[in-house]
Parts: sequence; C-alpha cells; structure tokens
Amino acid sequence: MSSENPIWALISTFGLMSLFAVGGAAAAVPEMHRIAVDLHHWMTDKQFADAYAIAQLSPGPNVLIVTLIGYAVAGIPGALAATLAMCLPTALLAYYVSRLLNRPSQSRWPGLIQAALVPLSIGLMAASALILAQSTDRNIAALLLTATVAVIASVARINPLWLLLAGGVLGFAGIV
Amino acid sequence: MSLAGFGGVLVFARHAIVDQHRWMTAEEFNETFALCHFLPGPNIVNLSMVFGSRLRGIAGGVAAFTGLLLPPTLIMTVLAIIYARFGDVEVLRRILAGISCAAVGLLIAVVFRMMTPLLKRMDVVVIILMLGVFTAIGVLRWPLQAVLLVAIPLSIGVTYLMRRKVAA
Repeated sequence: MSSENPIWALISTFGLMSLFAVGGAAAAVPEMHRIAVDLHHWMTDKQFADAYAIAQLSPGPNVLIVTLIGYAVAGIPGALAATLAMCLPTALLAYYVSRLLNRPSQSRWPGLIQAALVPLSIGLMAASALILAQSTDRNIAALLLTATVAVIASVARINPLWLLLAGGVLGFAGIV
Repeated sequence: MSLAGFGGVLVFARHAIVDQHRWMTAEEFNETFALCHFLPGPNIVNLSMVFGSRLRGIAGGVAAFTGLLLPPTLIMTVLAIIYARFGDVEVLRRILAGISCAAVGLLIAVVFRMMTPLLKRMDVVVIILMLGVFTAIGVLRWPLQAVLLVAIPLSIGVTYLMRRKVAA
C-alpha cells in the first residue's frame, strides 16, 4: 500500500494518535486539528468546527468526530477505517492490561500515574477549547454565546443537549 | 445503550451495568473505569471491551465493542453524507455555527470544573504543568506525541516526589 492512499494515511494517523490520547477524545482534538487541517488539508477550519459540533450533538461516544474526518477524506470506507483505527488499538490494550491486573493490585503505580495524567489532560482539553474557539467565535455575539454557555454549564446542572439546541436556534435566527 | 449517550455514555453505562442488569458491583465498575481511564484512548470504548470480556471472554469483549460503536458510527456516517451534500446551505451553516459556539462553551465548562480542585490545592508545579501543555499544544501547536513524551515522564516524576514528601 502506498503512502498516497488516503485510507492508509487515516489508519496510521488515528491508530498512532489513539495511543497518545490520554484523557479521552477531547484531549486529542488539537492533534486532530493539526493533522486534518494544518498538515494534510483534509478539511477547512470551519469544517472541523462543524464536525466537532455534529459529534457533540449526536448520540454515541464523542470520539466519533474521527468518523466525520474519515468520511471527508475518503467517503464511507474512510469513515469506517478512521473509527476502527481510533478505537481498536486502545481497546485491545485495555483488554490485555485488564487480564494482567485481574486481581485488584496493591501497587500504587496505577493511582500515581493517573494522578500525574490529570493536569496534562486538562491542559490538552483547554487547548482544544482554544483552537475550536478560534474558528467558531468570529464575532462578538458568537463569543458571548460561548461565554454564556460556559458559565451556565459551570454553575447549573442542565442537560448539555438543551444548550446545544439553544445555540442552534440562535444560529438559525441569524443572531450568532 | 450507545444511542442513549448524548454527550457522554458513561452515566447510562453505569446505570445499565450496575443497577439494571447487576452484571457488576459498583466497586468492580469503578475499578474497571479507573483502569480504562489511565490507559490512553476513548475510555468508554475501552470500558466496553474490558467489561464484555470479563463477562464472556474475548467474544463478549468484541460483542460489547461492536454494540457500542456500530450504531453511532452508522448514524455519524449518514450525518457526514448529509453534511457533504447540504453543508453549504446557508440556514444549516448558521445553525451549525450556533451549535459549535455552544459546544465550545460546554468544553470550557468541563475544563473549568476539572480545574477547580487543582486550583484549590494551589499546587504550583501541577498548575505549571497544566499551563505548559496548554501553551505547547494550544498556542504553539506543537505535535502531541513530542509534547507528551516530555510531559508524561515529567509529571509522573513530580507526582512521585511530591507523594514521597507528603508521606515523609
């Protein structure tokens, strides 16, 4: 298979990325953006932000933004390849590690590593927010909407879906 | 179950596995979840694999993995087709722009909530690490692999030293 084949590029990209995605999908967004928009020019900045919005709005694990990127690159085969490449390697890893640690281990290493990863994944998620905000918040109204949603979601226990829908309605009305 | 998970499947997964079907006790679930969290990758997908294989061996793992991923992947593919065809329609563009603004707001809120306990502890080293990763990835746009290869050992080392100091 040549390196020109887009499906192969998708598999190698997301397969490798998944192993570095500490802290879940949101932490991997900056790297996806760097590869899909800056490096390979698979999508525009705007398309990437749209894909993130669609992935948030849709049911299922939000890692499925890779499905949308894969589709944009190589149609349905690309969508399937990207999804599997992102999910399968770490799932297998989890399977083998869980077999190794079948008994609850007395070791403090897992807890220590986990504690060490927390600040890193928060930093990564903050970077995701910054990169996405740079492409979505092009005017004052959009910036206000983002800020308002951030405040509401921080202080109140409201289903995020309502906030997303409210954003959609405001967009439809042409305010944002 | 996968379809119930708007914005995150975890809550529903816990409810179904622990409360509804009694496939696992709450402790087993937390333990499995902690394991999946410290491994890389989408942790709910990892959880499905580990959980399925604990019940029914490798076949169970594959079944849970496919069950979790297949329906939303299909929906996503359909949405991708719709977006490719109608993504340029003005109304849809405006709606999506509004949704993405809100989605970014939600992400900021999650970051804020996760950050509060760290800020409360006033752990200077931890906060510097967090800001360092944020700057390297978000502002300088350095490649993830390179940043993490430096940041992960550093963070583990610092955490280890700090715990030793607390214990001593």
